[in-house]
Amino acid sequence: MTGADAGFVYVDHPADLAVRAWGRTTGEAFAEAARGLFAAMIDVERVAPAEAMRVRLSADSVELLLVDWLAALVAEKDLSGRVFSQFSVDVRLHVHGAELTASAWGESLDRVRHAPRLEVKGITRLGLSVREEEGRWVARYVADV
Amino acid sequence: MDEFDRLEQVGEVEWLLPQHGRMHVPGRIYADRSTLEQLRREGGEESAWSALRQVKHVASMPGIVSAAIALPDVHPGYGFPIGGVGAFDLADGVAVVGGVGFDINCGVRLLRTPFERARIVREIERVGEDLYQTVPAGLGSSGSLRLSMAEIDRVLEEGAAYVVRRGFGTDADLAYTEEGGRMAGADPAVVSALAKQREFKQVGTLGSGNHYLEVQWVERVIEAEAAAAYGLSEGQVVVAIHTGSRALGHQIGQDSLKELGAASARYGIDLPDQEMVCAPVSSPEGQRYLAAVAAGANCAFANRQVIAHLVRASLERSLGLPADKVETVYDIGHNNAKVETHVVDGVSRRLLVHRKGATRAFGPGREEVPETYRSVGHPILVGGTMGTASYVMRGTARGMERAFGSGIHGAGRALSRKKAAKKYWGADVIAALRRDGIRVWAHDARGAAEEAPGAYKDVDQVVEAAVASGLTRAVARLRPLVVIKG
Repeated sequence: MTGADAGFVYVDHPADLAVRAWGRTTGEAFAEAARGLFAAMIDVERVAPAEAMRVRLSADSVELLLVDWLAALVAEKDLSGRVFSQFSVDVRLHVHGAELTASAWGESLDRVRHAPRLEVKGITRLGLSVREEEGRWVARYVADV
Repeated sequence: MDEFDRLEQVGEVEWLLPQHGRMHVPGRIYADRSTLEQLRREGGEESAWSALRQVKHVASMPGIVSAAIALPDVHPGYGFPIGGVGAFDLADGVAVVGGVGFDINCGVRLLRTPFERARIVREIERVGEDLYQTVPAGLGSSGSLRLSMAEIDRVLEEGAAYVVRRGFGTDADLAYTEEGGRMAGADPAVVSALAKQREFKQVGTLGSGNHYLEVQWVERVIEAEAAAAYGLSEGQVVVAIHTGSRALGHQIGQDSLKELGAASARYGIDLPDQEMVCAPVSSPEGQRYLAAVAAGANCAFANRQVIAHLVRASLERSLGLPADKVETVYDIGHNNAKVETHVVDGVSRRLLVHRKGATRAFGPGREEVPETYRSVGHPILVGGTMGTASYVMRGTARGMERAFGSGIHGAGRALSRKKAAKKYWGADVIAALRRDGIRVWAHDARGAAEEAPGAYKDVDQVVEAAVASGLTRAVARLRPLVVIKG
């Protein structure tokens, strides 16, 4: 892992897109996980944070919450044609699962300016984990591309 | 003990993973040594992705019959390995989301033309440019066909048959599409509104990643009788369309992963891994999943049908080739779960056969094979890489006995996308292919690097192993002239 407080890297996977994202909180790791997702699809640096989308989700575990969060963003890309570059996520863990409230900022996909790349088909459960490691929260997932 | 150390070689390219631990049946892996070595390198005990461990997981699922099978293009997937086949008893077995994946019925359609390669080489630029402009591809692209919610339900229920009725193709196209282009048992009511809303603009779009549209030529006929039955001869120009069920299928997969995740817990199924969520085939959840898979499959059939129609219009413009001269050789999927009849230990049984990154490969005589192909079996369409070759293959009696009538679907990656992007530069890849007479139109140059020929295993070698296995035979080798990438 690099020294940054929050970030993401792509991990070598034989066919699909494997992401490791981390942050000081679970929410920050979720935000970086989302950034890693969109950075595979488009040039996120060129996406203006013009509009916000609010998301509220709950799931039986923090790992399944990560899948739901990323899957909601993938679906939104097709529903509204928007792509996102900035994320603010608040995750609350409780005995029977986890929930989040989040904002994602972005704009309508511009097929020239945003340099579209890979299309993400879905978020798998392969190698899925969200846990605290050496004082940071680390989220791992694999997306089918 | 490392799973790889347990493998016993039982044939030239056949390996047995003996039943142990939680396995109900053995694993049967068809692969050459170099493929096995690659799997061992990338999937050792420490790795999160091991295709062999995934074979073991499949063999550990309730109600699996005979063996968990991996074909010569095997590589790590999620749930099943890619190139994985698993057949399950309808009473005791399970339906596994990871045995189909997100891109339900992703597959290949092959069209034949009456033109020879020499007739079109000087017009390649015009042919490629028109196809590139005509067939929507790449992230965020949308098709010209906009469907209402009611029409989407018709696509889900009737597949390619519906779009043919709308004027996108002919009845002959349906006759040469697996399942007649319409999988029975599809129920639009079990597909979420979200999935349908995502589909709204995507019928007739190619997508991205390894999906492609290629103008190819038959470089070599390997088996004359089967090639003649398929209407293929040396030098002939053909068109291959590789795409799937688009956002709708992807959303069905995502929804099902969640629903069957809950069902696995409800039925107390002891999963070998969280990737293997499932439901008993006979349960309401299992039946609901299969109805959704059939709907997703129909969406893929319809998608390839609309693209075939767009290809015909494009070739008519660029080459003056009449649309009715561009005929479907076959359309076959490689991510599906279907109820089929197979003979197991001398007894005919109905089984749920999952094929993940594997095609159906029914040999001679099966009633599912179109009549004109029945003496040789239906064509298997094996996608290559953009710089090398694709193959037409066919099934055999041995394949019916040993692999539930299944065949390979492609070469399989040798390098991760990350490594390929580091090693190759998109523009260089495109320029090098051009020197070999292959013209590439790519919506995304980096994508071209990730799909560089060197990022894949040698398709000839994979096909050689598939032939050596006795499960399938090679009919013709195809080479690309024009490549359109998403």
